[in-house]
Amino acid sequence: MKQSSLMKVAGVGALALSLAACSGGGTPAPAPSQSESAAPQGGGELVIWMDQNRADALTDVVATFEEETGTTVEVVVQDFDSIDENLTTQAPSGEGPDVIVGAHDWIGKLAQNGVIAPVELGDTAGDFQEIAVNAMTFEGSTYGVPVSIENIALVRNTDLAPEAPATWDELVSSGQAAVDAGSAEFPLLVGIDPNNADPYHLYPLQASFGGPVFGINEDGSYDADDLQLGNEGNVAFAQALGQWSAEGIINPNISQDIAKEQFASGASPYTITGPWNLSAFQEAGVNYAVSEIPSAGGEPATPFVGVQGFMVSAYANNPIVASQFLTEYIAGEEAQTAIYETGQRAPALTSAFEAAQSNEDVAAFGEVGAAGVPMPNIPEMGLLWEDWGVAEGQIIAQQGGDPATVWTTMADKIQSSLDG
Amino acid sequence: MTTTVSKDSTATRKRSISTAPPSMKVLAVKILFLAIVDAVAVFAMSMLFFRGDWLVLGIVAVTTLLVNIVYLSPGLLPGKYLTPGLIFLAVFQVFVVVYSLYIAFTNYGDGHNSTKEDAISAIVLQNTQRVEGSPTYRVQLVEGPGGLGLLATSPEGEVLVGTQQEPLQPLDPGAVTLDGDRAVAAEGWTSLQQQDVLQRQQEVAALQVPLSDDLADGFLRTMDARNAFVFQSVFVYDEAAGTMTDTTTDTVYADLGNGQFETEGGEVLGTGWQIVVGPENFLYPFENPRFGGALLGVAAWTFAFAILSVGLSFFLGLFLALTLNDPRMRSRKVYRVLSILPYAFPSFLSALVWLGLLNTEFGFVNEVLFGSANIPWLTDPWLAKFSVLLVNVWLGFPYMFLVCMGALQSIPEELTEAATVDGANGWQVFRGIKFPLLLVSTAPLLISSFAFNFNNFNTTYMLTRGGPRMEGVTENVGHTDLLITLVYKTAFEGGNRDYGLAAALSILIFIVVAAVSAISFRQTRALEDLH
Repeated sequence: MKQSSLMKVAGVGALALSLAACSGGGTPAPAPSQSESAAPQGGGELVIWMDQNRADALTDVVATFEEETGTTVEVVVQDFDSIDENLTTQAPSGEGPDVIVGAHDWIGKLAQNGVIAPVELGDTAGDFQEIAVNAMTFEGSTYGVPVSIENIALVRNTDLAPEAPATWDELVSSGQAAVDAGSAEFPLLVGIDPNNADPYHLYPLQASFGGPVFGINEDGSYDADDLQLGNEGNVAFAQALGQWSAEGIINPNISQDIAKEQFASGASPYTITGPWNLSAFQEAGVNYAVSEIPSAGGEPATPFVGVQGFMVSAYANNPIVASQFLTEYIAGEEAQTAIYETGQRAPALTSAFEAAQSNEDVAAFGEVGAAGVPMPNIPEMGLLWEDWGVAEGQIIAQQGGDPATVWTTMADKIQSSLDG
Repeated sequence: MTTTVSKDSTATRKRSISTAPPSMKVLAVKILFLAIVDAVAVFAMSMLFFRGDWLVLGIVAVTTLLVNIVYLSPGLLPGKYLTPGLIFLAVFQVFVVVYSLYIAFTNYGDGHNSTKEDAISAIVLQNTQRVEGSPTYRVQLVEGPGGLGLLATSPEGEVLVGTQQEPLQPLDPGAVTLDGDRAVAAEGWTSLQQQDVLQRQQEVAALQVPLSDDLADGFLRTMDARNAFVFQSVFVYDEAAGTMTDTTTDTVYADLGNGQFETEGGEVLGTGWQIVVGPENFLYPFENPRFGGALLGVAAWTFAFAILSVGLSFFLGLFLALTLNDPRMRSRKVYRVLSILPYAFPSFLSALVWLGLLNTEFGFVNEVLFGSANIPWLTDPWLAKFSVLLVNVWLGFPYMFLVCMGALQSIPEELTEAATVDGANGWQVFRGIKFPLLLVSTAPLLISSFAFNFNNFNTTYMLTRGGPRMEGVTENVGHTDLLITLVYKTAFEGGNRDYGLAAALSILIFIVVAAVSAISFRQTRALEDLH
């Protein structure tokens, strides 16, 4: 009995060790900080997180980079909206990426969490559209290389509205006329969420009343201490919003998807949307034209401009390779044009931007966006979007009483959470 | 992998398990599996050894030893069956709960993302700014007696070299080899090849070569090993005093024990670090009465939702099972298939489809069934609650239907016949015989269904995201929020992600669900006596 159990133990032990030895080919490399032979043959390594669209657009650029520098690039495809969160949680563990693609309004939050590092564009900063570089700057440091610029504008169905409306009243009346004539169902389509509205899509109208979010410093950046959301212009906008929803111009039940679908089927002469929906309209055979949103309150209706770019992780294992990739390849014309061609968003590099102006739609959106301001990228914005959206949602749903009161309560609440 | 049991009588069975010799085939298979497990463990332990992860190494070693003992010893039969399940339970449940408990006592979240060292280096790095108007230097990394250095060529063609300790010194042009506008080699210094640079990236990125002896002039730093710029650190960390100083405004920030750099006046630097804050997160609902009140409301709704979901879907499923069990019902098979269909679709998908169906203006329900009425299914607080319940019952009743069908068929016919002979009518038969026997087998399922619906994130979140928002509360709490959706919103949505608070709330949910389940299971033991 004892002998057989001893044999069993011996048998297991011997087999285990021999199996472990077989896998010895994968002997672990010591931690990178004490690396001696951790680097593979040839160049270094690079780990990039991108969404599927941009990964497809950049396959050639990445291949060229790999060839010219001998680096092994690992592209990890992630859902665009979760890249910032994933980076924040995974980077400190040392297993995060070196380079990510992201939206410029994430920068404040990511910097606050210490997960992105500044990238010095050097003399090439002048080669980009100024608004793009401004958007990627936070507290004086630039945090990445911009690749695309996007903004919303007024898209009209030229069959139902041959002329661009010069004023807001003209838009409303021509929209109403189309509905009354039976050729359209809605005077205007703006996709919003029934609970949280959509401050981003409604911002141009808000700006036309002279209602910015924060005060702007001399260098063009936002002053987080100067909340302008409660100022007179904004309160006037709140009143107007209440009125529009009572008249049926702004409809809380129309979501983004419904708005796109209805416009594509010709149910309305006007919609406020961005370049991302144009392919759907083209497929549906709608004859559209892009123009600026007419002012409702007297000031120009400037939309928010969104910039996407590539950033470097503060915990990157390969910071030098990452910087090289960004400043030499992503900032180059090939990469900028490739991303523009698949995403239909204007490129940030001025030379590519000008080449893209040959595309009518890009030129039209660009013209509208030229007067726009980037979305604030400060960390406090997250708190803001939600309360702002809910207040707008309440006004649109005709709840909470006087729109001005609802709006001022919201502004006060945001002010107190920014302070304390 | 059990040993073969000899065909002795039960009295001697115990003894014979240990004395019966196992067949060679069984023994060989057992040794092979154990060896594979051991090999994996040895490999893992060697990796952990190199990384210096002593705690995990110890845990893996002890676990492997226990596994070997359990499977190699004769006897310990329950252990042999339970070990794999126990290991998975420990890894996927026990560890998760313990780690959440740990996080609940910290302030992990936005602004407190990592350790103090990381926060300090992040603050310094982010506030290292290029000096206005400074030129771009073309550089080559070199190694010298003083360590890693930069061989810099200014735009005017002047060649300088320096290291972290020695400021830039000009070099004699004769001692330098130029490649275009960049010096690539100098006497007394070894130029680093691309290979070497790649292996020392962290070092290269951290290299700061002072421009001169006066630190106020700034330092040279390269990010791509080709160009360097002159930077200045706006924020300086004084290690001895433990303070971070803003050199432009001369404000001194100190660590006052709150996991961030702050001044006495209350100015805070955004980048902080994780610290243990004790029971602060658990006390948050009590210290914040409006949130506490909302939390109680949400908890009440969660209980109501879970109980009503289970109850309604159970009775609906039972009703269908009874009616479709009756041989007098025609085309039973068709009805059975239709009843199971909702179960076949993923709940995620169904919830999104219902979201479209219940749209106030464009939804099928309002357009077709109610003739273009504008009933706010998802935006009115009470109607939203009703809608969520409706969708959840729709998703859940097929499961109950299947379970009840099976349980009903397992009730012996003789009992029903005997009762009918004794003069009982249908309802009395059901109430006195079928239902109690049914409960015996379905009670555990009802309890687990309750626990599942208590945490039924999918349906609620997909349909209403927590529903029309409650007014008067700072946090984003809605009328159809379950405790779990509230936790999700606290952790992942909203301006400031607060994982510590979310973990504390999840622990509270865990305690509630565990307590309710434990009590219910104990009650169901009384039902067992019926059998």
